[in-house]
This record gives sequence, structure tokens and C-alpha cells, in this order.
Amino acid sequence: MIWDWGYAIEILPALLRGLLVTLLATLLGSLLAFTLGLVFAVVRRNRVPVLDPLVRAFVEFWRSTPLLVQAFLIFYVLPGYGITLSPLTAGVLALGLHYACYTSEVYRAGIDAVPRGQWEAATALSLPRSRVWLGVVLPQAVPRVLPALGNYVISMFKEVPLLLAIGVVEVVTVAQQLTAQSFSPVEPLTLAGLLFLLISYPASLAVRRLERRVGVV
Amino acid sequence: MSSEPMIVFDGVEKRFGDNVVLSELDFTVRAGEHVTLIGPSGSGKTTILRLLMTLEKVNKGTIKVAGRYLSHMERRGKLVPADEKYSREVRKRIGMVFQQFNLFPNMTVRGNLIEGPTRVLGLSKDEANARAEDLLDLVGLRERIDEHPSRLSGGQQQRVAIARALAMRPDVLLLDEVTSALDPELVAGVLKLLRDIGESTDITILCVTHEMGFARDFSHRVMMFDGGRVIEDAPPDKLFTDPDHERTRSFLHAVLER
Repeated sequence: MIWDWGYAIEILPALLRGLLVTLLATLLGSLLAFTLGLVFAVVRRNRVPVLDPLVRAFVEFWRSTPLLVQAFLIFYVLPGYGITLSPLTAGVLALGLHYACYTSEVYRAGIDAVPRGQWEAATALSLPRSRVWLGVVLPQAVPRVLPALGNYVISMFKEVPLLLAIGVVEVVTVAQQLTAQSFSPVEPLTLAGLLFLLISYPASLAVRRLERRVGVV
Repeated sequence: MSSEPMIVFDGVEKRFGDNVVLSELDFTVRAGEHVTLIGPSGSGKTTILRLLMTLEKVNKGTIKVAGRYLSHMERRGKLVPADEKYSREVRKRIGMVFQQFNLFPNMTVRGNLIEGPTRVLGLSKDEANARAEDLLDLVGLRERIDEHPSRLSGGQQQRVAIARALAMRPDVLLLDEVTSALDPELVAGVLKLLRDIGESTDITILCVTHEMGFARDFSHRVMMFDGGRVIEDAPPDKLFTDPDHERTRSFLHAVLER
């Protein structure tokens, strides 16, 4: 097999368009995972009646099943209940829900690391519950867990290609389509891999710098 | 000092598992009184402050502050354990200063001082800021108002914590070993501040401390605890010079010989 520069340059724009979809899925999936994970963590820590056992059961179940199965479930099973989603929406939902189960544990660790004295000082000032969370606990807990959240974003980014199974036209899907047309898998797949590397590696360096700044190992 | 009771403990019992920390505890603190609780560690002194701050719940008995139940509330003529909303109302009148300061590190000194007044008492930002500046004048840290607590020494942090408690204009102030975590040379400044506050206000103060010199000239009354009970309750002059109980005598001896 010989590397064909001409062919590589010809397919690069298509791959970049695929990469944009991958990045979009990662961005939206992360936003969902960060928000939902925080809600899960706060519900669990506050032992909200009814919701707490539900969240707990969901997280246990969802963490024990593969992302691919969850994506299939959302894309192929939900329409049976009248909920039809585009591949990208279904994919973002799958990523977001899957990673929310992990980010909720990350937030929980961050919340547990806030000293008990902070809660007690907030009680001594009679601060309302909502203010204790938003003004005292989360501003201390969240910065500490940013590096851990960043690592999940990177690993989510690398799992987006799984969504080719439900027809999301992300970068690996594009590479596969190109391979099917040209019978030459080397250039598309190598370039797709390189594109992942070009983004994941600097991102993980950035996370490491962040880790040093917040002082958490 | 008036003769109105500010704090009333009535048959209070507190257990942690099988460990009885306070048993059948009755005492009254009058409005404006300064009472110091002394005794060996584990004798339940700090637990009393924590019960008053609703950081712990009583297992038996009742606590009243300024004539209202703290531990309980009246509902349809019956006494039931207080819920969160009710106890928040009553404890607005109570402030606490902790051994470890517990300032909010994510806020500046100013932020720490205006948090309660704006969020709980409903003061405007301007009113709360004016109050914060006055209090920082009192504790001698006006020029540090826009710094974060981590930039201050332990003694300075504790003075800010005292200002934060006072910003709520409490009727009752609880001081939980407030100098125990400080370097020795910083203790005097904090104690002097507390003496000034004791003289210039009519706040009822309950204090747990190992500083016997301070306890002696600051308190109107000293209560000696051992094994979850008050074994002696007397004015400081009496208790420190001529205690009735052998246990008080040996405790004071041990502490003062240190």
C-alpha cells in the first residue's frame, strides 16, 4: 500500500466537515453531561425524596450498560413510543446521559471535599438552602473537579465514532464512506486518526495544566 | 444585665449512639450574661453550643431561646421537633464563631460579611457594606476588606469571623474555642477584641475556652462540666479561687499548671 498525497488532500475537506460534527456532538454531549451530572449529584446529596432512589437506580443501571446499546435504545426504541430523534440528537442524548452518570460521581467527590465547617458556617448564618449550594458549596466544589470533568470530555470525544452505528455522519463515518468508494482505507483512516490525535493530545496537556493550577492530583 | 432568661435548657439529653454526651441538663442563661463553659474534653461543652446552633438535635428535653422553642415547635398545641424553616427563623438570633474560623474562601472579606445581612436579613447592598465597614473598623481590618481570607493570618481570619457573626446583630453569640487554633502570639488580639465586644454590647455570650485568664475576667458565670453534667456553676471569682468540688479543683490545677 502506498500513501497517495493527492488523494489525502482531496478527501481532507470532507473529513474536516466530519470532524466538526464530532466536535459538535462532544460539545453538546458535555453540556448535557455537566448539567445533568450536577443535578444528579445534588439530588443524591440532598437525599431528595422519590428522586434520590430513582437517580441512584438509573445511574447504577446506565453505568453498567454499553454506550452503544444505549444509543441503539434511544434511536431505535424511543420512536416506538412516539419520540423520533435525528441521529445527531439521539447521539448527543446518549453521550450526555452516559457521561452524566460519571460526572455525577465527580461532582459528588468535589462536594464531599468541601469541609463540614463550611456547611456549619452557612447554617450559623441561617443561609437558605439554595444559597448554601450556589454561594458556598458549588463555588468551592466545581473548580476542584474541572480537570476530572475535562478528562471525561476528552474520552467522550474519542467515543463519538461509536455513533456511526446510528448514522451520525462524524469523522470516522466519513472515513468509512470514503474507503467504500475508493477501496483505499489507508488515507482516510490515518487522517481521521491524526485529527483525533491533533485535538486530544493538546486537550490532555491543557487538562494537566489545569490540574496543576487547582492543585488536585 | 436583665433578669430575662435568654437561653433555657430543660432536661436536655444528647447521645451519639450509645455514648451519652449530655444527660438531664437544666440551665438558664439570662439576657446579656457572659457564661463560660469549662471542663475536660468530651465533657459536652461544645455539644451545648452545637445544639444551640442547631448543628445537632436533642434526643430528649427542650431548648428555648428568647422565649421561643429552638429544638421544637408548637403545632396544633403539641410540641414536635422543629423543622428546617422554623429553626432557621429562631437561629437568626444566634451567631457562632468556630475554632477553625470557617470563613468562605470563595468570597472576599466583604463578601463574607455581607452574605448573611443581604441574603437572610434582607439588607440592601449599601446597608450591608456600611455595616461590614463599621465592623472591620472595630476588628481593625478595614484595609483588608477586598482580600480573600487565605491572604490573612489565623488571628485576622478569626477577627473577620467574629465580625461576620456580629454583622447578623445576634442576641446570642456562641464562641467555640475561638483561640485554640491560633498561634500563641495571635491569641491576645482576639481575646482583647472579645473583651471589647463584651463591654460595648449587651449580647448574651456563651463561650467554650481553655483560656482561664480570659474566662475569669470576661464571664459573669462559669459552668464546670464533667461527664455530660454541670458539676459546678458559680461566679468566676468563686469558681477559680475556692471551688466546692474536688473535680473542679483538679481540673483547674491541671489546666493552670500547663
